[in-house]
Amino acid sequence: MRIQCRSLLSGQAYGSLLKLGAPLSFWGGVDLKTATICDAFHPNKGARIGGSILAMPAARGSSSASSALLELVRAGAAPSAILLCQSDPILLIGAIVARDIYNVTIPMALISPADWSALGHADTATLVPSADDQPEKQPQLLLDLAPPRPLSQQL
Amino acid sequence: MHLEPIDCDIEAGGLGAAAAQAFQWQKAYGEALGAERFISISGAHVDACMYHGLSSLDFVSHLNRLGGRVRVPTTLNAAILDVHQPALYGDDDRVEKQKALTQRYVELGCVPTMTCAPYQRMVRPSVGDHVVWAESNAIVFANSVLGARTDRYGDFADICAALTGRTPELGLHVARNRAATLIIELPSPSTCLPRDIYFGLVGYCVGSQSDGHIPALLGLPADATEDDLKSLGAAAASAGGLAMFHGVGITPEAPDLEIACQDNPRACRAITVREAQLLEIWEGLNTADTGEEIDAICLGAPHFSLAECEQLAQLLSGETKRADVEFFVSVSRETLAQLQTGTAYQTLVNFGVQFVTDTCTYIVPAFKKGARRVMTNSVKWAHYGPANLGLEVRLAGLEACVETGCEGT
Repeated sequence: MRIQCRSLLSGQAYGSLLKLGAPLSFWGGVDLKTATICDAFHPNKGARIGGSILAMPAARGSSSASSALLELVRAGAAPSAILLCQSDPILLIGAIVARDIYNVTIPMALISPADWSALGHADTATLVPSADDQPEKQPQLLLDLAPPRPLSQQL
Repeated sequence: MHLEPIDCDIEAGGLGAAAAQAFQWQKAYGEALGAERFISISGAHVDACMYHGLSSLDFVSHLNRLGGRVRVPTTLNAAILDVHQPALYGDDDRVEKQKALTQRYVELGCVPTMTCAPYQRMVRPSVGDHVVWAESNAIVFANSVLGARTDRYGDFADICAALTGRTPELGLHVARNRAATLIIELPSPSTCLPRDIYFGLVGYCVGSQSDGHIPALLGLPADATEDDLKSLGAAAASAGGLAMFHGVGITPEAPDLEIACQDNPRACRAITVREAQLLEIWEGLNTADTGEEIDAICLGAPHFSLAECEQLAQLLSGETKRADVEFFVSVSRETLAQLQTGTAYQTLVNFGVQFVTDTCTYIVPAFKKGARRVMTNSVKWAHYGPANLGLEVRLAGLEACVETGCEGT
């Protein structure tokens, strides 16, 4: 399945898709050393966001979420891309800064509610810039989803 | 985005390499979020000075190397701990890291106020001023109570704007985005709800029900003070990311409902909050049972104002603190200095109040021995404390906190 989404920060990513059941606060909600969700009330508590293509309905929480994201990047434990239904200026500035401070690009894109419900759990996803970008239009990213690999191929 | 000559100059490095770097980041940010132009700001409040790890230092050091210097008056938000009192934290190496981080921001020209309540200062923005403030409770206060204009900014966006003096025109900088789009009718404070708890619980309720809307609040006491509205806003921001509210008849952009809604109140959904809902929220935030022993009292989240310290001194005058209870009051450096010139300070110290500046006691624990149960009158503390520090909390009015500090029950 291929989904077109509006780019907030362009780039390429590949990883397993982690679709969260609720908005997540990066500060206080994620253990910055292990990149594990530690918010006791979050439905995905215990999930590792490091290396994943992280899809969440929205970001939540304090002004420090951008610092938390940069700290994850430094530890090599940041998500490889972030997909959101609502744009989040705080995570966005964290990703913009990370590109220059650590030379790591975490593409960020907006996804429509219809496409959100089409996202399965644990698909493998690839995110690439759209080839037919026109300068006058908002840049787009293409998200390709594949079903999870069968168990026999995972090991 | 449309750039004015000043923007082109900053972008080309006319105001130095750090401003050019900051502008490049701001432009990427503004373009992604659909801003059409930049506007000038009159001040900034920076949260990126809170130490989260070595990345905090890597970021600011980059700007130091580029020779950065802020272009507008810029204050610093709270730190993770009180660097004046390292003994509170054992041999935590974060004391030195936080000192180094604060110093880097001072080198950029920021004032080390280290407070989450920059609105308690003598110099503060007024109605219509555009500022860039980070720190959720300060954002709500600036927009709602001062009538200044700031969007919800995260770390890094704050110092970038301070370095360029410009910010993309987005969100709450735009007048039409400041209209109330939800009307919430509130119950009055009552004997079941001490006044300080009432404002905190109202904030928590409003924050969790607003869901992206700016609410117009009806029914707040007409004599609500800045301290009352501070605790309302802080709780609302903790519960639901609220960045602005209108207190109808109280806050500057809401002399009446029509004006708060920018002449369109009939288009707004209206909801009514009952006292029972506030009591239910209160019960939910109370994780420690009544009667269980309290190890510490923590006040001042956000930082206690001078007026709050003086009120506390009146309540504590002539009382003796229970030896096995620690009594913390968090204030800004400036409030503490001001307090020390009056008589209330000695009353509080004689009682055994432990002042903590620069930070909040729910970030890095400052308790002498592992506290299990904390009592506070701050809904914000009750929201963050248990998850951050793994302890239980009892939320109660200031007078009940004082009573417990004296008797320990």
